Amino acid sequence: MGVPSVPRVWREIKYKYNLIGSKCVKCGKACYPPLTVCPYCGGKEVREVKLPERGKVISYTIIRYAPRGFEKLVPYVVALIELVDGTRLISQLTDVEPEEVSIGMEVEAVFRRLREQGNSGIIEYGLKFRPLRR
Amino acid sequence: MRPSKEAHIVGYGAYVPIYSIRDKEIARVWGRSSPVPVEQKSVIGPDEDSITLAVQAAKYALMRANLDGSDIGVIFTGTESKPYAVKPISTVVAEAIGATPNVVAADLEFACKAATTALQALIGMVSSDMVKYGMVIGVDTAQGRPGDELEYTAGCGSAALILGRESRDAIARIEASSSYVTDTPDFWRREGQIFPNHAFRFTGEPAYFKHIIRAAKALLEELGLRPTDYDYIVLHQPNVKYPIKVAKLLGFPKEKVLPGLLSPVIGNSYAAASLIGLCKVFDQASPGQRVLLVSFGSGAGSDAFSIVMEEGIKERRDRAPKLEEILKVRRQLDYALYAKYRGLIRD
Ligand SMILES: [Zn+2]
Repeated sequence: MGVPSVPRVWREIKYKYNLIGSKCVKCGKACYPPLTVCPYCGGKEVREVKLPERGKVISYTIIRYAPRGFEKLVPYVVALIELVDGTRLISQLTDVEPEEVSIGMEVEAVFRRLREQGNSGIIEYGLKFRPLRR
Repeated sequence: MRPSKEAHIVGYGAYVPIYSIRDKEIARVWGRSSPVPVEQKSVIGPDEDSITLAVQAAKYALMRANLDGSDIGVIFTGTESKPYAVKPISTVVAEAIGATPNVVAADLEFACKAATTALQALIGMVSSDMVKYGMVIGVDTAQGRPGDELEYTAGCGSAALILGRESRDAIARIEASSSYVTDTPDFWRREGQIFPNHAFRFTGEPAYFKHIIRAAKALLEELGLRPTDYDYIVLHQPNVKYPIKVAKLLGFPKEKVLPGLLSPVIGNSYAAASLIGLCKVFDQASPGQRVLLVSFGSGAGSDAFSIVMEEGIKERRDRAPKLEEILKVRRQLDYALYAKYRGLIRD
């Protein structure tokens, strides 16, 4: 699996830094990452929406063999998270050991390094989730 | 230096990663038996760097200021640990907090005093009404060569202040500031080198002590104030000994230093150090109290600030996590995990 191109990383900055998803005008459901067609009802009219930065873990898996660019993070957790508005997304968890993660755990978004494109390429940043602090 | 109109602090935020290593664990690896300079120091996680630390402090400062990123007209970041040699930290922070694109943004460099120098520039911009609100961030993720004396203290952290025009519910106001700068080769890092070098001959007396004392005295003289007029003194804190000693030389008792002294538990956070100490004082100070802030940056220079707490502190400080809460969740690393997180293990 190759790393995304610099233009692609740049295009996705808005969504990755600020948790901007898409919301269907017809059924009102939001999704992340944003899509041009609603995955729930097929509605073609969608708007960008700022999603809430808090939620809870619905399910998770522990990654011990990581794809390129993530090797130094193992072991790490990737979780299905339900945000407080009901939107579900998949994100890496951080500041937590795999054995501390549980279903229902409250989490909040934090700005982190997502991937380093080698020693001379760009550094990709964006939001991950960590256990809620307060 | 006294602006014709005083700038007000309307938001502040500090952040320290959850990871930490005790000096005695570092001493165990290198077989050191002499006393260690701090109890423990903060360590960044594997997905953190100066940019991520800066963003977190900036977000906490916005929460206390009750502002959106788009209200911020200036972002200055002072640091010496840049993830990119060429490509600013401040633009990423601006994007992450939603301050782009109508914002002045730049990174400033002057070792550990970069952020306080940025603060002086920002005071000028805010008090002259060029901008309504501006943010200054001090951040570092310092590296010490393994086994070197600096490894025992090189920590990390970030602190952000938001300045604005006069307002009745501000956190504090800045009365005046001063600077004292000379060419002193006490500490340096050449381009392309990972770890810094230092000249033991210069680190104490002619660098840290001389510059801090001269900057502080010049400020007190300009304002006609004495040490007894201050409730707290916050200093650059490369270790535990220096700030307590320089405060004593200036005529401040230890009790006025300790509330703003975090080096025993986070180490030296370089460009963030004095501002994190200030945030720690903000976490507990009362309206009307006066704070003397003095930074130090190798190379060398010091900036001093006279700050008076305002009414807004009472209500604003609880809008974001205080340092005590942030430092409650800590994970102690052994040297092996520390080496992994700091990227000291090479493929
Ligand atoms: Zn729909």
